[in-house]
Amino acid sequence: MFRNLKITCDQATTICDKNQYSEASIKDKIKLYIHLVACRICVKYTKQNTTLSNLYKGHAQYCKDLKHCLSEKDKEDLKVLLKKNKE
Amino acid sequence: MIEEKHALTPNEWIDNYADYLYNFTISRVNNSDLAKDLVQETFLAGLKSVKNFQGKATERTWLVSILKRKIIDHYRKINSKKGQAEVRMDFYDDGENKGSWPEERVPQNWDNSSEKQIEREELRNQLEACIDTLPEKYAMVFRMKTVQEFETEEICKELGITSSNLWVMIHRARTQLRKCMEDNWFNN
Repeated sequence: MFRNLKITCDQATTICDKNQYSEASIKDKIKLYIHLVACRICVKYTKQNTTLSNLYKGHAQYCKDLKHCLSEKDKEDLKVLLKKNKE
Repeated sequence: MIEEKHALTPNEWIDNYADYLYNFTISRVNNSDLAKDLVQETFLAGLKSVKNFQGKATERTWLVSILKRKIIDHYRKINSKKGQAEVRMDFYDDGENKGSWPEERVPQNWDNSSEKQIEREELRNQLEACIDTLPEKYAMVFRMKTVQEFETEEICKELGITSSNLWVMIHRARTQLRKCMEDNWFNN
């Protein structure tokens, strides 16, 4: 039974990453926690992953607040191009 | 009930939608020149398809659907480029150590004071620089999921990939980003 719950570090960190978005299944989480009991490296990865997720969230907010616009010249060039292609 | 039919006004496209489409695109491709090209291609494709517009969707929705196809085409192009997606090995991929950490990739201890400095421009710049080192397809999926916070289903639909593909890409992106941030920020 427990053989099915044994996973590699690669699989454990994949689940850990998925869990950062709250999208890991309960079965996956159980596998991850069992792995973490025996793997100190992945424990460290998991802890650092949370730090990184907070950093990414801060960055996401910053990016959302940014509004990108085309320059007036770019818009004029596009208008000329569209006009040419309509003819 | 009579359904309202929408009309197309190509003469007003640039003024009404250019910025919206550009903003939509740059959040996905993070490259200003490429975003401009894709927006331009969208308007040109829209002009060619004017006859096919049935008026069921709004003009903006219709243009966005064309743009999404252009972005998918771009994604597929970069996905098939040989040698472009150089992927560093984060775990042993065969032998008795398959799935384990190679020594040089094992997470190191971090200076935790960096955690308090998220607002700093320097940190944002380093993070952006690290994202830019990712293979383009990983960077795109990572940005959509983590920075733009799209739903998994939406990304899969938009890029034509399965959720398994998506999570593998997210995992590889995050593992490489972690290493890049460790080398250039946390332990620098």
